[in-house]
Amino acid sequence: MTAERRNTAALRFVLPAAAAFVLAYVLQTVLDDYVMSIVNFVGINIILAVSLNITNGMTGLFSLGHPGFMAIGGYVTAILTLPAARKAMFLPDLPAWLAGLQAPFVPALVVGGLCAAATALVIGLPVLRLKGHYLAVATMGFLIIVQVLITNWDSVTRGPLGLNGLADLTTVWQVLPWVLLTLYVSWKVKFSSLGRTMIAVREDELAAQCLGVNLFFTRVLSLALGAFFAGVAGGLWAHLVTAITPSSFSLIMAFNIVVMVVVGGSGSITGSLLAAVLFTVLTEAFRPLEEHYGLYGIGEILMALVLILILIYRPGGMLGTREPRFLVDDDG
Amino acid sequence: MGGGYIAQQIVNGLILGSMYALVAIGFSMIYGIIRLINFAHGDVVMIGAFVTLALMQVAGLPFVLVAAGALAAGAVVGVLIERGAFRPMRGAPQVTGFIASLAVSIMLQNLGILLLTAQPRNFTFPAALQKVINAGPVSFRVIDLVIMLSALGLMVLVMLLVKRTRLGMAMRATAENLDVARLMGININRTILAAFAMGSALAGIAGLMWGGKFGQIDPLLGYVPGLKSFVAAVIGGVGSIPGAILGGYILGLAEVLFVGLLPPIYSAYRDAFVFGTLIVILLIMPNGLLGSDKGERA
Amino acid sequence: MLEVDDIHVYRGRTYVLKGISLRVTRGEIVALIGANGAGKTTTLRTISGLLHPRRGHIRYRPEADGPELELDRLPAEEIVRRGISHCPEGRGIFASLTVRENLLVGAYLRRDNRGIEDDYRRVCDLFPILGQRAGQAAGSLSGGEQEMLAVGRALMSRPRLLILDEPSLGLGPLVVETLFATLADINRRGVTILLVEQNAVMALELAHRAYVLETGRVTLSGSGEELAADPEVRRAYLGGA
Repeated sequence: MTAERRNTAALRFVLPAAAAFVLAYVLQTVLDDYVMSIVNFVGINIILAVSLNITNGMTGLFSLGHPGFMAIGGYVTAILTLPAARKAMFLPDLPAWLAGLQAPFVPALVVGGLCAAATALVIGLPVLRLKGHYLAVATMGFLIIVQVLITNWDSVTRGPLGLNGLADLTTVWQVLPWVLLTLYVSWKVKFSSLGRTMIAVREDELAAQCLGVNLFFTRVLSLALGAFFAGVAGGLWAHLVTAITPSSFSLIMAFNIVVMVVVGGSGSITGSLLAAVLFTVLTEAFRPLEEHYGLYGIGEILMALVLILILIYRPGGMLGTREPRFLVDDDG
Repeated sequence: MGGGYIAQQIVNGLILGSMYALVAIGFSMIYGIIRLINFAHGDVVMIGAFVTLALMQVAGLPFVLVAAGALAAGAVVGVLIERGAFRPMRGAPQVTGFIASLAVSIMLQNLGILLLTAQPRNFTFPAALQKVINAGPVSFRVIDLVIMLSALGLMVLVMLLVKRTRLGMAMRATAENLDVARLMGININRTILAAFAMGSALAGIAGLMWGGKFGQIDPLLGYVPGLKSFVAAVIGGVGSIPGAILGGYILGLAEVLFVGLLPPIYSAYRDAFVFGTLIVILLIMPNGLLGSDKGERA
Repeated sequence: MLEVDDIHVYRGRTYVLKGISLRVTRGEIVALIGANGAGKTTTLRTISGLLHPRRGHIRYRPEADGPELELDRLPAEEIVRRGISHCPEGRGIFASLTVRENLLVGAYLRRDNRGIEDDYRRVCDLFPILGQRAGQAAGSLSGGEQEMLAVGRALMSRPRLLILDEPSLGLGPLVVETLFATLADINRRGVTILLVEQNAVMALELAHRAYVLETGRVTLSGSGEELAADPEVRRAYLGGA
């Protein structure tokens, strides 16, 4: 890569990033708090879809465990940022070292992400030996187990009541950098030798094995990387909603993130991004419809229908595994 | 905690197990023939339950007709699901089918909520079926006996159908090799449809039983029997009908004894236990107790 | 009887058959030989309807004086009904079904129970081991027995045209010898045979005529003896100069 090309590559990222900051500033000044919270949901969903795309899209490991990682990240972040006084009220049985601790938001998010990633490593070692739909089922099991454990681990999680009244720390200035970081890392991964390895694993396991690719390592790594960002997204989510309960991280949520990745095109970062935006906006648009006319469930029905139609008629989603031409080098 | 208590728990486990087994058979049949984990199978149970409610409490039909209606409703829903969602994507990777079945499941549940609201409804069987029978240390209702016996009868019927009839032979051949089955002149579309119809009919009637056993139904009730029967099918070896039956009874008994014999605190972890078992079985015993196809999971 | 006319077939995105033409006359044994990947199996699968040509036609006349049928758009299960029986690559026996069930599945489209039983006995006469193992799971048979079962199963539909894909694969020389003798016998009883073989020596000895396929095209054709004598064929497929 020549210096000139490196410059254009950098520009490709820096320019949109700068544009995003300007856009965020404009939105912040123009929009009210409610609409701004939707913008933040869009950002969180981008992080979720793009990070799941690392696991599901690029490596082809169909994981339904993403909300499980979100839950871990969310609870860790929430507990770390909770003021000591509230901890004493909510969680009187917390171990002393944790009870006195109050961390700033960003480090708390990082720790939350790391906990999720560490969990991914631990469960990945046994579970990633499974393939295809059995892996999907096992990760679904992981999700349910996380839910059950959180519900019952009262001394740390306050059980089914969850933690409420969390500080509303999640502003667009928190979300946007994480969105950009997720996109950047994901992009770097896709167009690196690791990314090519991942796609090789997805396309043809046998061939990848013959090339001496360490399949297992690649799989565990991609699961852990996806889990890290899911954990961060969980933390952001908790401090946007300002509450966290075990039932928030459900199979429906897993399904919704999968819909975003499939609709966007498994493997395409741009696709996941666009689908996440579309998904969030449409869900918000449906909410008044459901509430006004009492048509509860109509949003989910349409979402499921769209997914089935896409799986039948356009299994590659909007963009397949590709990225738009203007964003990639021809040889990239 | 005497012998009588344990005997009663075993009876409860057998009742629960017969329902799991019925649902698991359909699960296994569908998996066996097209290697599809049909997550929507449990929601057919829900539809069977609501159809029973409509025919029995609203239309007031006699019990036998209600049962026939539940079977038929299950079969129809199974056929619609196959034609609408799974046939158009046949040949796609397995996980695509699984994700689609998740979508179908979510669609059916939310259709239920949309049309019937999420409010649970009471399910009352005729008094004759509610009568309690005391047999020594154990007691159960007539309906429980009906559930156990009719489940057994249906199991025998299905096994005979698969083992002894031309259709059953075609199903087994199709399950082994789609292409070669076609070379024998078997219309695999019709055969696959028949497997969906039969399996889903059993799920439909299981819905009747579910309502009878628990007395309350709602649009989300399919989740639990769906998952449990999947676990039962995996325990027995997915694809094997006798395996599904065995797995159903084992799971029913294990679950009741687990909850009945351990301190109550553990029952909160029941779902975690069920799923933990599932993952462990997939990892260490992917063919279950009676399954045979090798090397597909690990 | 069968005329394959310039068929072009894709498998997924791969262009496999690039215009194959061949014909099989009533009563003949015709062999297709060629290296791996030449398109032999694809040709057979297209004839029996598991694949469909993007271009070209397959015409088939079941009765000598009957009408001609276009096969290239019919699904596989309809083609069996018209008297073409395909014994697939790798035998494709149904391992979990019993030997007897495998044979009965071969007669799946027939309703004449008495005729089916007659043919069942006839196949058991042809391959006595099948009768002895009738109740056993087919998966427990040896390779040679499985091949006999596959051929027997294909005969159960009373085919006019029997298609065989690599019947000798993985079998010992003695078994192959017997098998080919039986095939000649089946042919003498009036069944036309189209077969694909890796074992070109045996195939050319058995066949009346043969076609050589290379990368999706027919490169040579002629009688068995002619091809066996052709220096090109000898060098490439018969392992001699």
